[in-house]
Amino acid sequence: MSAFQRHRRSKKVIATFTGFEADLLRSLAAQLVELLRNEAAVPRDDTDPFEAMMDFSGPETEPDDPVLARLFPTAYPGDAEASAEFRRFTEGTLRDGKAGAAVAIIDGLEEAGLPSELNEEGLMIDVELSEAEAETWMRSFTDLRLALATRLGVEEGDEAVWAALPDDDPRAQAHDIYDWVGYLQETLVHALSS
Amino acid sequence: MSAAAPVEVEPEIVPDESTKLAKPWVTIVWNDPVNLMSYVTYVFQKYFGYDKKKAEKLMLEVHEDGKSVVSSGTREEMERDVQAMHEYGLWATMDKQT
Repeated sequence: MSAFQRHRRSKKVIATFTGFEADLLRSLAAQLVELLRNEAAVPRDDTDPFEAMMDFSGPETEPDDPVLARLFPTAYPGDAEASAEFRRFTEGTLRDGKAGAAVAIIDGLEEAGLPSELNEEGLMIDVELSEAEAETWMRSFTDLRLALATRLGVEEGDEAVWAALPDDDPRAQAHDIYDWVGYLQETLVHALSS
Repeated sequence: MSAAAPVEVEPEIVPDESTKLAKPWVTIVWNDPVNLMSYVTYVFQKYFGYDKKKAEKLMLEVHEDGKSVVSSGTREEMERDVQAMHEYGLWATMDKQT
């Protein structure tokens, strides 16, 4: 299984992925970008079209999607007004940052040779990241893991539950991917700390 | 650079109150089943500039007690810290110092 390492001489953070792994990572990142950009940041149901066009401010209420609600937590529990204001000033920036980080993964994989359609067998993708790029990937791995965990309903200390699922259960496969991204992140944190 | 016309606001701070609470707000990081212990420690070192020992202590508090106060300061400072924690994917909130 591929893992991140710090290259001894160049100090770059490096990893080698199979074409399949790189394609999977790209697909997860692309889904995250879509989620971050698609669900309207501001609910527009009850605003008239002109008002909607004139409204450049950010959202004030917690996103409906549970993944987004986890990515953008309420800052002041018990103070709806302060939370709304915090959200209005931060959520747009945070969304852009997280989408940008996921795009950096996609671009990085494609620059390293991942074709837009993977149909070549035995393809290997060598990724070489600067420290700043590696940090961006590391942050985005967190977002991907939070997204997968929220969809799966991962809870503290539930490893045995997942391990007991039959191999052909789609949840078991999704959980394997979640574990894999966790492994990648662990090796990336280690590479950045060394 | 342009700015909106300033709104005149009479400060209503009672001097005793403002000096008594020099660091009246705190940033709290909550435990979640997803974030890796190594990652949380890394974030505390990198963002707050804490040494490894302090970062690990705070990380273990989050892990074992369910939450930890990771910084304190003015309301504006804590809003910056909470936003930064959200950038890193940590579950952070803010509260008044108790």
